[in-house]
Amino acid sequence: MNVLAMFKKELRSYFASPIAYVVLIMFALLSGYFFYSLLTFFSLNSLQASFNPAFAQGLNASEWIVRPLLRNIAVTMLLLMPAATMRLFSEEKKSGTIELLFSYPIRDWELLLGKFLAALALYAVMLGISLLDVGMLHFFARLEWGAILSGYLGLLLLGMAFLGVGVLASSLTENQIVAAVSAFGVLLLLWVIGWSTEAAGPTLGPILSHLSIINHYDNFAKGTIESKDVIFYLNFTILCLFLTLRALESKRWRG
Amino acid sequence: MIEAEKLTKYFQKVAAIEDVSFTVEKGEIVGFLGPNGAGKTTTMRILTGFLPPSSGTARVAGYDILTDSLQVRRRIGYLPENVPLYTDMKVAGYLDFVAEVKGMERRERRRKIGEIMEKCRIVEVQRMLIGALSRGYRQRVGIAQALLNDPEVLILDEPTVGLDPKQIIEIRQLIKELSGQSTIILSTHILPEASMICQRVIIINDGHIIAVDTPENLTARLQSSAKLLVTVDGPADQIGAALIQIPGVLSAEAKDRARDAVVSFVVESERSRDLRREVSRMIVERGWGLLEFRPADMTLEEIFIRLVTKEEQEVRE
Repeated sequence: MNVLAMFKKELRSYFASPIAYVVLIMFALLSGYFFYSLLTFFSLNSLQASFNPAFAQGLNASEWIVRPLLRNIAVTMLLLMPAATMRLFSEEKKSGTIELLFSYPIRDWELLLGKFLAALALYAVMLGISLLDVGMLHFFARLEWGAILSGYLGLLLLGMAFLGVGVLASSLTENQIVAAVSAFGVLLLLWVIGWSTEAAGPTLGPILSHLSIINHYDNFAKGTIESKDVIFYLNFTILCLFLTLRALESKRWRG
Repeated sequence: MIEAEKLTKYFQKVAAIEDVSFTVEKGEIVGFLGPNGAGKTTTMRILTGFLPPSSGTARVAGYDILTDSLQVRRRIGYLPENVPLYTDMKVAGYLDFVAEVKGMERRERRRKIGEIMEKCRIVEVQRMLIGALSRGYRQRVGIAQALLNDPEVLILDEPTVGLDPKQIIEIRQLIKELSGQSTIILSTHILPEASMICQRVIIINDGHIIAVDTPENLTARLQSSAKLLVTVDGPADQIGAALIQIPGVLSAEAKDRARDAVVSFVVESERSRDLRREVSRMIVERGWGLLEFRPADMTLEEIFIRLVTKEEQEVRE
């Protein structure tokens, strides 16, 4: 199976280079810090709430710790995902290995899917690391696991969209830094256009809000999985991968 | 095995190759000979499906490179010019990846990789990172990956470039050993290499094919006269005078005088006449010592220079 062969090779390359380790360690550090500070803030509030029963009603670990944690993770991904995807095609182009790869009996989409899935696997490991923190919390507080898992599903879909942009950027240049910076720029732009929806007026506003890559995440965070959000992320990812295929093809035609 | 039909490739508006047509029969070793930038690599990249031609097409192992690219790629092995390998992988792991992509089953893979590593003499480096290998080993790993699917057609782009003389001999030997199983097309700008390995040579310059023939025929075709090299032990002046008197000899030129009384002559005669008997008899009858006696063929190198200059002259006119 060609996709599997490609997947295994890419995953091996991730861990043969420092990229996977740096990305994973940085992620563990950042998410660990977020978790710690959110937890301290929460326990401080809990202490105050012990004097004020009305306030205690609104305190809940899922909403005070896990939800902001996942949102912070999403922000972290803006930076880490482009780093994880930047080498996927750029390096092959720069070192010329893509010429050999294209001479093997493997279809372009198999190649692309193998690489994409390898990056997705790396991302899944990152989410798994953060799940350790959240899992620990399970023993000290009552958690709404439904909402948490829905939040994780949202993060996974959001991450796929991020990876899609990263892979596309990587296929367009042989310079890894250019790939990473342009992927980050595009992702940040897609993130912040959601902020200007109110200023944009009644026609443009909803369009911008729909295009905003993070707005679709909010429902997942609240624990409601809506098909329109799922479809948005899947469509977005597929569009990116499709454009990547075209980019690979045009590279051949232009020589 | 390979039929190229009027292959043309433009980069922007510059033609890298134009109307390149040739055929390679099953089991042949054919050399692509030309200076840098002649279009060798472009032609090979088109054959492997890496570049599509601007016009024209080719059939490799019976499949069209444009419509049946995947079928073509199942049947070829390719070694690009700079041997681009994944430097962060180990030799055995890399070969396993290539074998898997080429569609081999796990058990078959293990057996085949062992066999190929044996053949390419890279068994001892199989646990090393490719990035840590010497140029010669890297080249052999490159050839090994090309051989993994038992390719019907082997395409080698400058397989000996950048190697030291000992490694060059080894790689040439390896290519010759492979000639039994695969049709081989290789490019080179080293001329003795082409005449040494190849049964036929395609000479390409500025994107056009100039000549296609066996190395020997190319030599014959370009020689209007036959030359003999004769080394004789005796007085130079008398020998020269005697040689020129043999009917059919056009010129007799003393080449070098390493020691006194030992002289080499290049004797030129009309192409159609074989004067070897007359020349040798004359020398022996005069009582001189005949030390060396062989045809002084033009090397492919000379032919090549002539072919290319000829073409340029035509353009100028």
